[in-house]
Amino acid sequence: MQLLKTLASYLREYKKYALLAPLMVVLEVLCELALPLVMAKIVDVGIAGAQVPYILRMGAAMLALSLAAMAFGVLSARFSAVCSQGFGANLRQGLFDQVQEFSFADIDRFSSASLITRMTNDVNAITMMLAIGLRMLTRAPVTLVAALIVTASISPRLSLVLLAVIPVMAAAIVLLMKICSRLFEVMQKKIDNLNNTVQENLVAIRVVKAFVREGYEKTKFMRSNDELTAASLNVGMRIIAMLPIMMISLNVATVLVLWIGGRMVMNDTLLVGQLSSFISYIAQILMSVMMVAMALLQLSRAQACARRICEVLWATPDIRDCELSRELPAPRGRVEFRDVCFKYVATGTGDDVLRDVSFTVEPGQFVAIVGGTGVGKSSLVNLIPRFYDVTGGAVLLDGVDVRDYPLEELRARIGMVLQSNVLFSGTVRDNLLWGKPDATEDELIQAARDAQAYDFIMGLPDGFDTWLEQGGTNVSGGQKQRLCIARAMLRRPAVLILDDSTSAVDSTTEAKIRESFHQNLKDTTVLIIAQRISSVQYADQIIILEDDHIAGMGTHAQLLAGNEIYQEIYQSQQEGVGEA
Amino acid sequence: MTQRQTQQRPMHGPGGGPRGGYQKPKDMKKTIRRLLTYLARHKLALVGVFLCLLVSVGSNLGGSYLLRPIINNFIYSGGRDFAGLALSLLQLLGIYAVGAAASYAQSAAMVRLAQRGVNKLRRDLFDKLQALPLSYFDRHPHGELMSRFTNDADNVQTALEQSLVSLISSALMFVGLVVIMLATNPLLFLITVVVLALTLFLFSRLGGKSRNYYRQQQATLGDMNGNIQEMIEGLRVVKAFTHERAAKEEFQRRNTAYRDAATRANFYSTAIMPVSNNLMNISYALTAAFGGLMSILTGFDLGGLVIYLNYSKQIGQPLNQISMQLTNVLSALAGAERMFEVMDTAPEADEGRITLVPAVLDPAGRLAERTDAGRGGMWAWKTPKNAGLALVPAAEGPGGTLTELDAPAPGCRWAWRYPGPDGAPSLHQIRGAVRSVDTEDCWLTELRGAVRFTDVDFSYVPGKPILKQVNVYANPGQKIAFVGSTGAGKTTITNLINRFYEIDSGLITYDGIDVRAIRKEDLRRSLGAVLQDTHLFTGTILDNIRYGRLDATDEECVAAAKSANAHSFIRRLPQGYDTPVSGDGGNLSQGQRQLLAIARAAVADPPVMILDEATSSIDTRTERHIERGMDALMEHRTVFVIAHRLSTVRNANCIVVIERGAIEEKGDHAQLLEHRGRYYQLYTGQFTLS
Repeated sequence: MQLLKTLASYLREYKKYALLAPLMVVLEVLCELALPLVMAKIVDVGIAGAQVPYILRMGAAMLALSLAAMAFGVLSARFSAVCSQGFGANLRQGLFDQVQEFSFADIDRFSSASLITRMTNDVNAITMMLAIGLRMLTRAPVTLVAALIVTASISPRLSLVLLAVIPVMAAAIVLLMKICSRLFEVMQKKIDNLNNTVQENLVAIRVVKAFVREGYEKTKFMRSNDELTAASLNVGMRIIAMLPIMMISLNVATVLVLWIGGRMVMNDTLLVGQLSSFISYIAQILMSVMMVAMALLQLSRAQACARRICEVLWATPDIRDCELSRELPAPRGRVEFRDVCFKYVATGTGDDVLRDVSFTVEPGQFVAIVGGTGVGKSSLVNLIPRFYDVTGGAVLLDGVDVRDYPLEELRARIGMVLQSNVLFSGTVRDNLLWGKPDATEDELIQAARDAQAYDFIMGLPDGFDTWLEQGGTNVSGGQKQRLCIARAMLRRPAVLILDDSTSAVDSTTEAKIRESFHQNLKDTTVLIIAQRISSVQYADQIIILEDDHIAGMGTHAQLLAGNEIYQEIYQSQQEGVGEA
Repeated sequence: MTQRQTQQRPMHGPGGGPRGGYQKPKDMKKTIRRLLTYLARHKLALVGVFLCLLVSVGSNLGGSYLLRPIINNFIYSGGRDFAGLALSLLQLLGIYAVGAAASYAQSAAMVRLAQRGVNKLRRDLFDKLQALPLSYFDRHPHGELMSRFTNDADNVQTALEQSLVSLISSALMFVGLVVIMLATNPLLFLITVVVLALTLFLFSRLGGKSRNYYRQQQATLGDMNGNIQEMIEGLRVVKAFTHERAAKEEFQRRNTAYRDAATRANFYSTAIMPVSNNLMNISYALTAAFGGLMSILTGFDLGGLVIYLNYSKQIGQPLNQISMQLTNVLSALAGAERMFEVMDTAPEADEGRITLVPAVLDPAGRLAERTDAGRGGMWAWKTPKNAGLALVPAAEGPGGTLTELDAPAPGCRWAWRYPGPDGAPSLHQIRGAVRSVDTEDCWLTELRGAVRFTDVDFSYVPGKPILKQVNVYANPGQKIAFVGSTGAGKTTITNLINRFYEIDSGLITYDGIDVRAIRKEDLRRSLGAVLQDTHLFTGTILDNIRYGRLDATDEECVAAAKSANAHSFIRRLPQGYDTPVSGDGGNLSQGQRQLLAIARAAVADPPVMILDEATSSIDTRTERHIERGMDALMEHRTVFVIAHRLSTVRNANCIVVIERGAIEEKGDHAQLLEHRGRYYQLYTGQFTLS
């Protein structure tokens, strides 16, 4: 119910169509159902009484009814199309907008892939459901009820036949559907299995070939393939019973009506035209019963989609933007961690990633963070732009808790180069302008030069106007990283954060980038996460993270003199230099 | 991942799926014929299906025709022959029962045939996929190949299961109806013909429009879904740059464009239903009126009128079905054609005939093929004598040149003789034990792991050379390292050794044998690889390690994990070695995946090893801790190492610096530093600045 309410709220401007479409269907059905009645009159009154003008009049009436039904039908198609697609667009936009408000923790919780599925497949399924629902779900019950009333008015006795046949048929169909929908689920799992096997083989084809596992993979696939076929057959062999059930019900009902009705005609308690119209109603009634059953089945499947969509819509982003509550200091770039504790709630392991971390970075300093894989270096820098909220302590930027900044203002002060370098489809220029939408050409070129990207950009076929494919697949990893750095530098932020973002850039180029930081970003605070000692040894301060805490802080010389971990890291990268 | 919607089975009710928008198959006849071979391994079954079809259509038409005598002779006769009526009705029931049975039998047979056919189709496709060369996967995006298995296979299945039969039965039905209607009343049929013509005209108009709009809808849908995918995957960057508002606006634009296109397409596909239905109603109305008149004026019998009215309502349906199923069948044929296209692609070329066999030295010290189970020890190349190579005795002259000897002399060497890169016969020296017995039909030579590149040129795309005149020589047990900038061609070189790609010119030899003469399977089995992208498979951690060698025991897998330093993190996982790996190892970090990949290669225990950036995501400290494992992995093996991190390559026997596809310098660490070339630059670049 809650689901329905949430979804219905996205109808908005299409509400009137949601009412008009079924209304048109009702009118269409009524016109169509009137036809056999008029036909009966032609037979029983017109032919029996040999009244030519009456037949013509009734014929014209039937023609008019058909045309009206057609008009209503087309209108209902129009309204249902506008309504369902409009609703789909609203819902999709609602999801997209909602997701834009998500924090990193929310993204972790849902995962990108599942968010994408919800916004594409699930919304489409719901939209399709609405389109069908507006017409079929109205049409079938209306037909059923109206036809039952009409048949009952023709002959209450004959309609008893229907009362006997309908429940039997409905029960048979519902039972069949129940069995099949369970089997459908089994089949769906097998489909997923098979797809997964194929997908894995496509992604890891090199591994398969390198280990000569073609035969093994073929057997694996054959197994999922056979399982899928067995599951499909299981469903298929049952679902085909639907048609015979339908045919037998219809035929038995027809024969019964002919038997009872025929005797009534012979006894002159029923007219032959009425009998004939009755027979044509039977088909419509039984067809409607089946439609209702099918529609209900569809509905139960759409429910799963609806639930997945609403999960996103109902989620409260765990980071709320705050109103500007106080005067903000001018951006200078002082970063302070005060007894910061942090853990990921989404992953649920409950272990602290950071515990009581405190340090201060003065404006303009160049600070490096080093440490092994998975010790929380990225988590630490992600706290500064408030991608995640601390679970204890506070992070301060220019003396103000980051939670007291409006998000937009906070993030405008920070330039961030993430570990996953994402470029978007568009030109190189478009991508760089993400950093600063109103940047001038000179600023653009300067940023590109600072990131050591200018030369290779000019070497691209169209320079700054070269089109980048989605994900930047047409530039190399190192080039991508440099574009991402340029994008962040274009902001001229107070704090620049580089999260292991020069790993694919060779040492010489990296040295040049560092050099330009030094020259052109004198006032910018730079925080860098890196693996290579060469990248960090000229830092004003090096912070060593171990497990969940700071295991050392100081300059290269200080740490080299007194910090075991740093010495070890240094040694691991230095061997052999002495021999040179 | 491509998701498959659970398909809607029979019954295409009003407002059903979109019509049109199918792609036409290119060579319909050929595709149909080939598709039928999948369906019709049992010709008799197909004949049976057709007979059932005839019976069910016949009973349908015949049943309703029986109404005419029933009405005329009993109900409207004025008589009271109840027994006669009952008898006729029983007849009717009998006909209906036969029809229902036939229709069920037909669907049951078709479902089975179709499922088996599609099963075979999918299997053939997958088997083919495994045989395709890597270059094929480079050229075709995964999504595209994936949709061969999902959309295309689905379409084919639906078409075989329902559409095909439906098409034939509708056609039969239509012909039957026309015949009966003509026989019942040819004059009334004129009306029907006019309405049918009108229906067909509207169908083609609406259908054309619908297809057109459907195409537009698909185009805007692709655009919008692409945007969704990009923005959601890049959401973190969107947030880092506070780009949310722009993203929303951009999405709204595409969303609206899709909505407008979808509304139009949806309208036309929905509107066809009421239009065609009510055209039939118009035909019904006209028939009722004119039939009534004729009944009065020409004495047209009432029973005839009643059945004609029924038929006139029915005749629209087969047409409707045909137009709907034709779309399905056509798009299925197009899908089948695409599947066949993949199946017809030339597989990875493999003309190699030399195989790899386990070997031992027999008591006489001669090399012999090992026949008992068990592992460890030596491997040998087994070369059939008709493989185009010849094992010849040779003497080594001054400067290392080989000359063929007429007969084996004491202390002489052995060499392979076959055409070299320039076509002239050349000799390639063999190290290690050799067994040549004239009476046997093959030679055995010990696998040592010497790899040599001679003047190798290579390009992924013709005309765009990646490697130029590469010459590299690795002695058995040596460690050869490749360094150079990203995209210089380091990975490419290793991809040529195991023949992932074919070289343009030059020669690569393995223990003196041209790698092309070795059966690919055996060539790759002799080479272990830890590749740049460390993909894992669904299954447990243990399964993934065992992927290296399927018959490895649990203990061997654990030992391999220990040597790769993966044991400690695996033990801490919730279920240890039985922890399931899902979605390409998404629950493991890149570093952990690399450790597993190393363990996987260690289990395989191959004589030659390729390590392509195997430790790039492992921090240097951890790398040091697994160094021993890595050393053990590299011991007694020829190893090719590619690394960004120069600390990893320092102790290599030979370091090859590659820039822009050519070898810039070669030598060991000390030599190269002394040389003060590119390596010196790369190496010291880490340490010079300000």
